[in-house]
Amino acid sequence: MNDQIQLTYHVSAADFTRAGEASSDVKSKLKQMGVSPEAVRKVAIAMYEGEINMVIHAEGGTIKVTITPTEIEIVLADKGPGIADIEQAMQAGFSTAPDNVRSLGFGAGMGLPNMKKYSDEMDIKTELRVGTTVTMKVNI
Amino acid sequence: MTVNDVKEILGAQIVCGDEYLEKEVHTACGADMMSDVLAFVKDQSVLLTGLCNLQAIRTAEMMDIVCIVFIRGKKPDESMIALAKERGIVLLTTGHRMFSACGTLYEKGLRGGASY
Repeated sequence: MNDQIQLTYHVSAADFTRAGEASSDVKSKLKQMGVSPEAVRKVAIAMYEGEINMVIHAEGGTIKVTITPTEIEIVLADKGPGIADIEQAMQAGFSTAPDNVRSLGFGAGMGLPNMKKYSDEMDIKTELRVGTTVTMKVNI
Repeated sequence: MTVNDVKEILGAQIVCGDEYLEKEVHTACGADMMSDVLAFVKDQSVLLTGLCNLQAIRTAEMMDIVCIVFIRGKKPDESMIALAKERGIVLLTTGHRMFSACGTLYEKGLRGGASY
């Protein structure tokens, strides 16, 4: 494996059916690189939840994935409304997603808790009406 | 049990993935909210769901789920079938409702065991 590989994805919120394409691409690339199935799955799930969040709450954004021999870093940046209360948002079951999102299978208030669960490190920087950047790291 | 056993037990129809019918399944999960599915990793798992959209297939893909059973006779559309074929996921559809589909499989020995 090269020392460092960087991948960038622009996530559009225009079409909910396309949400997950970036995570899917990262998953197959990591598989090809021979990363352990457990780490691949952790990255795929954490990033997928993040990608869905971007589409639901922030009208899309940018995801940067950096792969090094020891870890995978995923940085999700959006220019959405920001998170008013991170502690509350981290509680399982708390959601501000609109009802139409629930009929699409999301908005159960498990997105951020799942992202934390599957990443080895997670950091959220957010400012109201400016945007949110979530950085997650998964050890290989 | 195998995917084929699941199909027989539920009287389900196969939508795609005939070539994987002999794959072993060890656990199952029944949910319409995909984050509830994503919360618990299981190996060689079956997903029973009433959610019939592309995100059900994407969720299965992220979780390495072997087979999705759509309940209440729901039929996946072409884009869902195409993605499932690409990712090697079996799609089944059954007339059972969620409770009876899960209960019937449980009765035959399939469990919901989760790791993590």
